[in-house]
Amino acid sequence: MLLEVCNFMRARTHSLFGPFSLALLGGALLSPLAPSQPQQSLPTAQPPAATPPVSSQAGAPGQAPFGTRAPSGGLNIVVLDPAHGGTDPGARGTGGIRESDIVLDLALQVRRALEQQGFQVVRTRQGNENPSFDDRSAMANAQRGAVFVTLHVSSTGLPGTVRAYVNSDLPQGTDSNGLIPWDRAQAPFLGLSRKFGDLVQGFLTKRFKGSPDVAQTASERQLRTTAAPAIAVEISSITVEDRSELDRMAPGVADAIARGAAAFRPSYVVPGTPGGLP
Amino acid sequence: MTARWKVFLIAGLVLAVIAAAIYFPMLRKRVKRAAKLQQQSEEQARRELAQSIAVNPSDPRIKAKLFWASDTDNSLLVPVTAELPLSLDPVLRSKQVLNTLLAGPVEAEQRTLPPDAVLLAFYLLPDGTAIADFSEALATSIPSGIASEQLAVDSIARTLEANVPQVQRLKILIHGQEVETLAGHLDLSGTFVVNTKPVQPLSKPLPAAVEMNQPAAPAPANNKAPASGALTPDKSTGKLAQPESK
Repeated sequence: MLLEVCNFMRARTHSLFGPFSLALLGGALLSPLAPSQPQQSLPTAQPPAATPPVSSQAGAPGQAPFGTRAPSGGLNIVVLDPAHGGTDPGARGTGGIRESDIVLDLALQVRRALEQQGFQVVRTRQGNENPSFDDRSAMANAQRGAVFVTLHVSSTGLPGTVRAYVNSDLPQGTDSNGLIPWDRAQAPFLGLSRKFGDLVQGFLTKRFKGSPDVAQTASERQLRTTAAPAIAVEISSITVEDRSELDRMAPGVADAIARGAAAFRPSYVVPGTPGGLP
Repeated sequence: MTARWKVFLIAGLVLAVIAAAIYFPMLRKRVKRAAKLQQQSEEQARRELAQSIAVNPSDPRIKAKLFWASDTDNSLLVPVTAELPLSLDPVLRSKQVLNTLLAGPVEAEQRTLPPDAVLLAFYLLPDGTAIADFSEALATSIPSGIASEQLAVDSIARTLEANVPQVQRLKILIHGQEVETLAGHLDLSGTFVVNTKPVQPLSKPLPAAVEMNQPAAPAPANNKAPASGALTPDKSTGKLAQPESK
């Protein structure tokens, strides 16, 4: 009975999120219909999100406050999302290894590799906490000139392989104000996500034999609300005997993501510029 | 005199202790047996609830296609043909094929769905949207991961596509509830495209494979081709469709 009440509450909160679904992705996605809308209003339209620390390559102190960074054009930020965390361990191995721990360590290595390629890196979590899907997306959606990479470890599949995923097709569309609904924020970016995913997968497959040649398609929840070229990278698998097998893969995965992001740079068009959206 | 009473009293107490020592294990056994019986009847009730689909022997035996994981690469689905007595009613037929899918292949490795998951209910709306309600085990027992969760949903969608052409879209519920993800990755908030071709009679060839496992396009507002035997009266799909109007 109590469980049912809990479920009901959960359903209620979920539907209460409705009003947010129209939360506007303004700035990054301004349509030609509303060219004069001030872009600085963007962060206030986001669902509440913790301010993510931006680690700049130069590590300059006294950075501009979150969201106010002037877009310098082109792709310069990678939002890294170590999936799960907190009470959600994700996939669990027989030896007690947890997906949430492995991806957190992996994110550190990916960050280092990306910084070497000249990217700034924003992480959606730094420790063992579990931001909601929307909070994580909001951190990416508040950036301009960013791509999003969510990191996972699978429960199945050939150990030692890695797959990149892009979101399945979403119904395109904007509301009457020309704004993209929050719950389909990924829709206009699917073409770019596919290009980014294929590039990363190409570098992954060179190093991890047995991985697919191109990015796979999945209805991944985290990607759907992300208004940026977004991919998921999933390492196989949590079933390994020893965690060190997965840790040994980390440098290769980090390198492939960094090279993929660098190779994607020329294809990236800043959304919001006329004709910028694919 | 008092000493005699004492002896009687002690003897009585000793007797009571011995009697209790004999009786207590018996009582415990009986309680355990009763608990087991209750568990069994719960399990039985669950099965009865889940497998209430009557197989009509007069139903024609049809070659049904079931999609399980490949034995060489467990990230791929392969069709397995099985001859099953399938109903002509799309709802009953969907239940029959999904229960067969849940019962699993001979090789446990080829399973796409957890063995303890059951189909609790299945509805088909007039616009071709199917609603499949699975027990919580589908979400809790499935190996967590993008690959494994996508494979599970694909196996359901493709099995329905191959055997029940009336199903156009699929909405998956867990224990009657709309959930955000299957097991932390796969988005269950929308519907999955099953068939993109319009409804056609069962006797015609089944539609060829199409792109699937994608949250559906907006449900058509006009219900031009009501599926026969739909359980639910004419109603809009309401909040179950992809939330377009928010």
